[in-house]
Amino acid sequence: MANVTLQDVRKVYPNGFEAIYPCSFEVPDGEFVVLVGPSGCGKSTLLRMVAGLEPITEGDLSIGARIVNDVDPADRNIAMVFQNYALYPHMTVAKNMGYGLKNRGTSKAEIDKKVRAAAEMLNLSDYLDRRPSQLSGGQRQRVAMGRAIVREPDLFLFDEPLSNLDAKLRNQMRIEVRALQRRLGVTSMYVTHDQVEAMTMADRIIVMNAGRIEQIGTPGEIYGRPASTFVASFMGAPPMNLLNGMAGDGAVRLDGGEQVPHAPVNGHAGALMVGIRPEDVLLSEAGDLAFNVHIVEELGALRLLHGEVGGQAFSVSVAKDQNAQVGQTRLSVKPSSVHLFDAAEGRRL
Amino acid sequence: MKRTTFRNPWLPILLLSPQLAIIAVFFYWPAGYALQTSFYLQDPFGFGSTFVGAENYTRLTSSANYQDALTFTIVFTLLVTFFSLAIALLLAVKADKVLRGARTYRTLLMWVYAIAPPVAGLMGVMLFDQSRGNLTQLFQALGWDYTLGVNYWDTAVAMIVVSVWKQIPVNFIFFLSGLQAIPRSVHEAAMIDNRSGMSRFWDVTFPLLAPTGFFLLIINITYALFDTFGIIDTLVKGEPGNNPMTLVYRVFVDGFRGGDLGGSSAQSVVLMVLVLILTIVQFRFLERRIHYT
Repeated sequence: MANVTLQDVRKVYPNGFEAIYPCSFEVPDGEFVVLVGPSGCGKSTLLRMVAGLEPITEGDLSIGARIVNDVDPADRNIAMVFQNYALYPHMTVAKNMGYGLKNRGTSKAEIDKKVRAAAEMLNLSDYLDRRPSQLSGGQRQRVAMGRAIVREPDLFLFDEPLSNLDAKLRNQMRIEVRALQRRLGVTSMYVTHDQVEAMTMADRIIVMNAGRIEQIGTPGEIYGRPASTFVASFMGAPPMNLLNGMAGDGAVRLDGGEQVPHAPVNGHAGALMVGIRPEDVLLSEAGDLAFNVHIVEELGALRLLHGEVGGQAFSVSVAKDQNAQVGQTRLSVKPSSVHLFDAAEGRRL
Repeated sequence: MKRTTFRNPWLPILLLSPQLAIIAVFFYWPAGYALQTSFYLQDPFGFGSTFVGAENYTRLTSSANYQDALTFTIVFTLLVTFFSLAIALLLAVKADKVLRGARTYRTLLMWVYAIAPPVAGLMGVMLFDQSRGNLTQLFQALGWDYTLGVNYWDTAVAMIVVSVWKQIPVNFIFFLSGLQAIPRSVHEAAMIDNRSGMSRFWDVTFPLLAPTGFFLLIINITYALFDTFGIIDTLVKGEPGNNPMTLVYRVFVDGFRGGDLGGSSAQSVVLMVLVLILTIVQFRFLERRIHYT
């Protein structure tokens, strides 16, 4: 077990492309950290640098108390689970799981014991003599997990491990992976582009965009107090509504003209962005904002209403027992649910 | 695999007929004719032939020249196959790691493939030439009195070197594409599991290249047995004398230079049977150990 520390870690490719701007953070021992962001944001590059598969341009990476910038991947005592599982197709399940131990000089009996224990934990005991090609996607995923577990590493690295599974299996594996990590207590870094995975699995989330860290925080903090318009629109489905507005005289007016209630103005003035989550408003004839509903989406437990507030796109989610139809209505905003962002840079005000 | 059924039973036969016709004309007919001829003794002037039963075959078993050609063919085939595969694999593994100028490097290596066997043989003749050959001069500088076409093993060396050189590009292309078909993440997983690059190669890369290697093994054995004809012909200039000969070249020399069509046919029938056995052995025993994914 170990904590992971990144100190001003930076990645520049030989062609001059800056994949990761200098970034620093620490993952405490036993924590499950999820790196999330759109494709190309640098989250996988960051993970691969921790694994040692990608050289670090600048900065220090330490696992435990040791700086590992120049340590061979095999000597970092890490285990990695890849998106396409990366199993050795010519080896049986047992050999796949034991290969790392064999190369460390572990005795055959010891390897056998550990492989069996891991297989037991992952319900793979009946498949130890099969080859990866004879297994289903979910089973291959488990073998990849097993290969990581038997090494008893200081650190688990997951690179979008559930992306190749179908939706139902993904939900199930999400819970299994999380439960397994809790049980083993191994520090973990998990890369995904799926915000649901990030929200449900993480102790802490690191949101990345274009090679920079946008925000680090617990799922609650990320969702409840997004640090930027990027985080606000990336986390949450449907995303937070972002409206152009203007602050002045202790109040915020939307560009459509109406005043936003409960806005934490705090003396700000000038152009800004107003963020309101779709579930933080109520349909009410006595509400503060006029809402013109164009489309109603039926989701079963919820209904999504898409329309306009003051000429700007706005979505509202309401419970299934609430009446909703296309046409004019009004919205009332829940207290302390209005977020204000800087208009130019999108930073939280 | 999708199974297609034809409603008209003649259609599949019609579609196959061009291929079947080619095989019939260029394989079954000459093979049948060779089989027939192998039981006859031809008049040297082509006026007729006499049925002699298995005499052409029994003559082979007692012929010291034939035994010699058989031994040489085995040695030649083993060496050519081994070196052309090994060198090509080495080059492919290195080329796979080249990042800058990879395309130029690969193209340069592949060019050799475009050279016709007799041209390759001719280049061999020039390089190994008795008085002016660059390699001959190199050998002499090293104290080896190299004489192409006079000394048995000196000629054999030239044959093997030129044959190997000619075959490397084909193997290289296949090995390289085989290497590139291995997912990068498998290599990376192995990097985390194993520190030693050499042991990673034998544990992970090599087994995954096995299907390619098996295919190339068959192709290379066939090449060494048959397709080296042009190279050998150029190097020994149709005058075998004291020079080594492969079985295929001997079929040609005995049949068309020696006028012994019957004996030559018997040799080619023996060769056919040998290749057949070899192929069966390869598929039965080697292929079992290979995992196609």
